[in-house]
Amino acid sequence: MSPVEMNLEARFDAYVAEEKKIEPKDWMPDAYRKTLIRQISQHAHSEIVGMLPEGNWISRAPSLKRKAILLAKVQDEAGHGLYLYSAAETLGVTRDQMLQDLHAGKAKYSSIFNYPTLTWADMGAVGWLVDGAAIMNQVPLCKCSYGPYARAMVRVCKEESFHQRQGFQVMLNLAQGTPEQKAMAQDALNRWWWPSLMMFGPSDADSPHSAQSMKWNIKRFSNDELRQRFVDMTVPQSELLGLTLPDPDLKWNEERGHYDFGAINWDEFYNVIKGNGPCNKERLGARVKAYEDGAWVRDAANAYATKEAARQKNANASTHAA
Amino acid sequence: MSESKHEWPLWEVFIRSRQGLGHKHAGSLHAADAQMAIQNARDVYTRRQEGVSIWVVPAEAITASSPDDKDVLFDPANDKVYRHPTFYKLPDEVNNM
Repeated sequence: MSPVEMNLEARFDAYVAEEKKIEPKDWMPDAYRKTLIRQISQHAHSEIVGMLPEGNWISRAPSLKRKAILLAKVQDEAGHGLYLYSAAETLGVTRDQMLQDLHAGKAKYSSIFNYPTLTWADMGAVGWLVDGAAIMNQVPLCKCSYGPYARAMVRVCKEESFHQRQGFQVMLNLAQGTPEQKAMAQDALNRWWWPSLMMFGPSDADSPHSAQSMKWNIKRFSNDELRQRFVDMTVPQSELLGLTLPDPDLKWNEERGHYDFGAINWDEFYNVIKGNGPCNKERLGARVKAYEDGAWVRDAANAYATKEAARQKNANASTHAA
Repeated sequence: MSESKHEWPLWEVFIRSRQGLGHKHAGSLHAADAQMAIQNARDVYTRRQEGVSIWVVPAEAITASSPDDKDVLFDPANDKVYRHPTFYKLPDEVNNM
């Protein structure tokens, strides 16, 4: 490393240590840039793929009100994906490159979206648990050391709050409904609980990027810490709903001041990440199809813009000539 | 064969949140032309009445100062404390000047 680079790196380290933000044109270590591109693009992909399980229920929502809410929520997810793609682009990666990586199966997205949404109650469970876990992960990112990512996350977090609340309300309505409705809510909870806990990622010991990301102030809390917080927050909410979390080992630990919970099936987690979840192929297929089906629209808009620009130029030229 | 190898250009989006305030950078997006950039900005950045006016600027049209010039550009202001009102200690009688 040259003296100039050492100097730059020292300044970067000092900035991060002082909780200052790094902005796009500031010098940053290559590994920091790569880590952010990977994390932000994965995050963006998760928002975009995350539209699919809920999109499934837009045309099947039980009322016009629920349909309007679900539409707004799915539109928000699209917006969140776009904020995040933009933030990643400030690091020098192109949108096309990110989409290619997603479509080629090279880029990852949150494995939770590879599970199917089988009943209307899943819209409740997804909002309550999946968005709840996402918020738990995302709030600390509002203070991440990279400015554009932090700013995007502030917007995302503000908007996510309605997502979780509407989900809880769906669960509440079902839990207070007929026995069949309550059973439907319980079934959704049974299916979404464990995958939601997996959303926080592998245990700290098995999380390859965690330590470095903590040092760079990209990550503020460990996966296990956030997961514990989520469990502690969710248990009383499930009691309020009168539903049972599907974990026989779940119990309050007076000494720790936290809930103990059962072992997570990490084999399942890694298997879904590897592409063997119930919906991996369907999700990626839907994204690729949407992209390919939209190609003529992108081309047409480009052609129109080029033509319009030429027309403008000619018009200006003739005005000047006159 | 599709010619969509060229992605739509990048636009920076500035939003005036209400009358009386300046436009503030909100983020960026891709669009084929200015009109589409405005429409996309409306959908991406003002879903909750965050704005009453939108500017879109082609990202490549922006000239930015370099972080390396930070010292040259901004340090000279550092030792001119007399530009701030608190530099002047005045008698209590003129407290609110």
